[in-house]
Amino acid sequence: MVNLSGYRGDSLKLLGEYRVSIGDPIIIETDKAIYEGILMPRYEFADDQHIVIKLKNGYNIGINIKRIKNIIKKSEKEELIPIIQLPPISLDKNLPKVSIISTGGTIASRIDYRTGGVHPALSASDLYTAIPEISKYAQIDTEILFNLYSENIEVSHWKAMAIKIAEKIKEGFQGVIITHGTDTMGYTSAALSFALINLPIPVAIVGSQRSSDRPSSDAALNLIGGVIVAAKAPFSGVYVVMHSSMNDDILAVHLGTRVRKNHTSRRDAFESIDISPAAYIKNGNIEKVLDNLPIRREDYNYQPRANFDNRVALLKFYPNFDPSIIEYLIDRGYKGIVLEGTGLGHVSNACYPALRKAIDKGLLVMMTSQCIWGRVRMTVYETGRDLLKIGVIPLEGMLPETALVKAMWVLANTNNQEDAKRLMLMNLVGEYVSRSPLERRPKDGVF
Amino acid sequence: MVSFNLEEIGLKIGLEIHQQLATKNKLFCECKTFTESDFKFNFIRRLRPTQSELGQIDPAALFEFKKGTTIKYLAGKESACLVEADEEPPHDINKEAIETAILIALILNSNIVDEMHVMRKIVIDGSNTTGFQRTLIVALGGALKVGNKTIPIQTICLEEDACRLLNEGEKVREYSLDRLGVPLIEVSLAPFTGTPQEVQEVALALGRLLRSTKRVARGLGTIRQDLNISIKNGGVVEVKGIQKLDLLGKIVEFEIHRQLALLNLSNKLKERGLTSNDFNEEFLDVSDIFKDTSSSILKRALERKDWIIALKLKNCKDLLKYEPYPDVRLGKELADLVRFYGLGGIIHSDELPNYGISEQEVNQVRERLGLYDEDAFILLTGSEYSVQEALKAVVNYLRELIKGVPSETRGPTPDGKTRFTRPRPGAARMYPETDIPPFPISEELIKRLSLQIPKPWQEQVEEFKLKYGLSDKLALQIYDSEYIDIFNELVSTTKVAPSFIATVLLETLVNISRSGLDISRINDSILRCLFKALDEGRISKEAVQEILEIIAKGEVNDVDSAIKKLKLFVISDEELEDIINKIIQENLNLVKERGENSFNVLMGKVMKIVRGKVDGKKVSTLLKEKIKEVSTLCK
Repeated sequence: MVNLSGYRGDSLKLLGEYRVSIGDPIIIETDKAIYEGILMPRYEFADDQHIVIKLKNGYNIGINIKRIKNIIKKSEKEELIPIIQLPPISLDKNLPKVSIISTGGTIASRIDYRTGGVHPALSASDLYTAIPEISKYAQIDTEILFNLYSENIEVSHWKAMAIKIAEKIKEGFQGVIITHGTDTMGYTSAALSFALINLPIPVAIVGSQRSSDRPSSDAALNLIGGVIVAAKAPFSGVYVVMHSSMNDDILAVHLGTRVRKNHTSRRDAFESIDISPAAYIKNGNIEKVLDNLPIRREDYNYQPRANFDNRVALLKFYPNFDPSIIEYLIDRGYKGIVLEGTGLGHVSNACYPALRKAIDKGLLVMMTSQCIWGRVRMTVYETGRDLLKIGVIPLEGMLPETALVKAMWVLANTNNQEDAKRLMLMNLVGEYVSRSPLERRPKDGVF
Repeated sequence: MVSFNLEEIGLKIGLEIHQQLATKNKLFCECKTFTESDFKFNFIRRLRPTQSELGQIDPAALFEFKKGTTIKYLAGKESACLVEADEEPPHDINKEAIETAILIALILNSNIVDEMHVMRKIVIDGSNTTGFQRTLIVALGGALKVGNKTIPIQTICLEEDACRLLNEGEKVREYSLDRLGVPLIEVSLAPFTGTPQEVQEVALALGRLLRSTKRVARGLGTIRQDLNISIKNGGVVEVKGIQKLDLLGKIVEFEIHRQLALLNLSNKLKERGLTSNDFNEEFLDVSDIFKDTSSSILKRALERKDWIIALKLKNCKDLLKYEPYPDVRLGKELADLVRFYGLGGIIHSDELPNYGISEQEVNQVRERLGLYDEDAFILLTGSEYSVQEALKAVVNYLRELIKGVPSETRGPTPDGKTRFTRPRPGAARMYPETDIPPFPISEELIKRLSLQIPKPWQEQVEEFKLKYGLSDKLALQIYDSEYIDIFNELVSTTKVAPSFIATVLLETLVNISRSGLDISRINDSILRCLFKALDEGRISKEAVQEILEIIAKGEVNDVDSAIKKLKLFVISDEELEDIINKIIQENLNLVKERGENSFNVLMGKVMKIVRGKVDGKKVSTLLKEKIKEVSTLCK
């Protein structure tokens, strides 16, 4: 089979003429030199004027097709069957059973240095080999639920994850790890927190900020942390387990409803907002920090409430915000709007008529703050008071993303607006912090 | 002198030169390229060997990981950002670096790659925060001409420099991030043969060719050479990180002798009827034999609950201490080898009884191993894991030695020898750096750079020589030195004689440095002030060394303070005349008696008063005139 993935236009045509395929050992004669190597795939976004080969010394180079005089296929492609040398793993049958469910991204990978390809290592034996430490804490089972970039994860995926986790509980797993792309991990952790309300076991969501193919990846340590939480944590609930600093040592276990990705690339991008992490993992041990975490229990018949209604929008207010955006949402049949207002919870008075209309039409309109840290207090300024009068629901210190997800969940579980409002204001899974800590980033305990 | 026939021994030398480029910024971010010592930040990491599709992991890398080595990185504010910390993807590649690399490729007639692809080369010792070095091929082929030799070029690569090693502890290795990401050009020559002196000349010529672009960094540590040295019937021995050019010849010579000595040993093993099957990893635990030992090494090992094992070496008696060439013994090579695995060395039967190990203990070990008189043994001690790994390495080494010279990576010693550093890594593991898209090189860029090809260095040096009236030696020295820029500046901004400036930069500073003082305090701005003061007649040439010395000592921080501190002030012409007149008056009889021959005595007396405050030449001219005047008058 001819495979010329990534090539298009002129370069594809040329390779077609010479009947060569990716992986073939070839010799390319150009007007200035002769190159010998293996034909490599082409990046999708690259031009159609170059052919990429891997030289014997391991380097890739691109050759301009205008220079090419001849391409000779040296031999058939060597079909390399990967031989993985698996070290013997002595599994302790007394260790807790945990399930690793992958939704995308790769927590471990193998590199094919022959082609430069990076392949995910997803099976249990792959993971034991790549990260042998996990066999100290648990017997693992792996399952691939989806393979999605996290920006493509939607409410249907949250539902599927929640149902899958409930199945695992039924099968007797003592903890679950979800591997997830980091971009929308905070939304998923909030969504699962609500969908899995009263969860009997711990669920650890882990990811990596540095790709798993590099020796410096944070993926392995995060996964080990996830396994430790799933296997050993005395508490239940949904948590995000990621690096707590730039160091490869201590991991933070964040409450699923209070965590946010606050940096584009650092490995400690995830932070608990206005609360300390629930726990830390140091040298393989869990150090609990927050009191009042739900206690792990046995409940094989646990039922999730996994429905979400995606007709809720998160709107960030900004100067010159056009109120017709709100009108549009009303017309589209939206059932809720979470506003990310300024400061203590404000939007311009130009929005008042549209907000009134929304509330009249039965939409749930709620207020959070774009400041991220701190809570909305809408009684302080006139604008806030006006908005309260209109019927905007102040969500205190709830994170805007958590508020969005919670509204989606609440509105899928009740048709009654009053019930919905009451549920939105109730602290169900730690989404509200009643006291604002003195420290900007509290490290230990609530304060 | 060389005492071997190059043809006969089949010497092959592969030379790789790594030269830092003098770009303003690093290769993949906008950090400055300079050495920083004020470390405001630090963080720790652990690197994990990634699996390849073939399931192979570099054994040395795996060992490092299992040993649990933690890496601590220290960083300053100016020379590191999140890119160096591997907390942010690389930025766009530095265009200045690409252009410099292409320019060098053009000078060497190398074929520039149409489209460049950045690769990741796995390096897991912590010297790169990512666990790989970013590198790309800029050009292939071409040739370097040195005298009547033409040496083909294999590749010209552009790569990021690694971290600077600060400290090597047992469990923690410390690196600084300042050097990480500095652009390096790597020129790899095809294997050639030549005398050690010729190898050194080739390296020097290549270095000068790079410097002829005026776009490469200078000074110690900005250029590093790697050598791949092999002889007939031997594996390739890589000597990495040679910073001093004048060591190259010595290292080649030592390595040839060492490899010949190993071949000699190899033959001895074969003569004794040994084959590689005679060496295996079967060992015996002998710790009980040493439970009451008076050997402090073994006592300590037992206290730490370390392993003590013995390995039988059949028919090897006296071969461990055999020294076919000074400093080359099998015992020593094996000791260096096991140190990599965290052991202190080996103890072998050729040197026993010794180190507090008694004859009785030796006999017990021999008995336990069932040795005959012609057999030898070695003792290894350390943690279980280290000993097992070291044992594998020892057995592997001996098997390789039967075949010839074992391949390994060695490092240079300050006296021009080499020392084992690590097992030779397998084939380079490389895969594409997907964070940086491939980029085509346009014909226009190559055309534009072709116009910037500098004159050959030989011509540049010749011009230099003629323009400033320097000797051949001084001209070349300045050309090679890190002071070339400040030299060019000083000769154009002052009227001080270029040869004097060159002498101060090349000789005075070296002398001061050799006397143990820190010449890093003498920066460009101090040199500017110094030569300005000299140019303005505020100090004399004789005072230069003294001023530089007290600055290097740290007694003062600038030239003006040095002048004050040394009470240097220049004597005006009138004052000088007065002093000379006074001395002549005081010694009038002498002048009358000896006439012009009294000069030496009087010069001494005058200089005693005016040294450092006026140019000696001026004194002698004036004094000669005055003596002539006076003695004519007296006649």
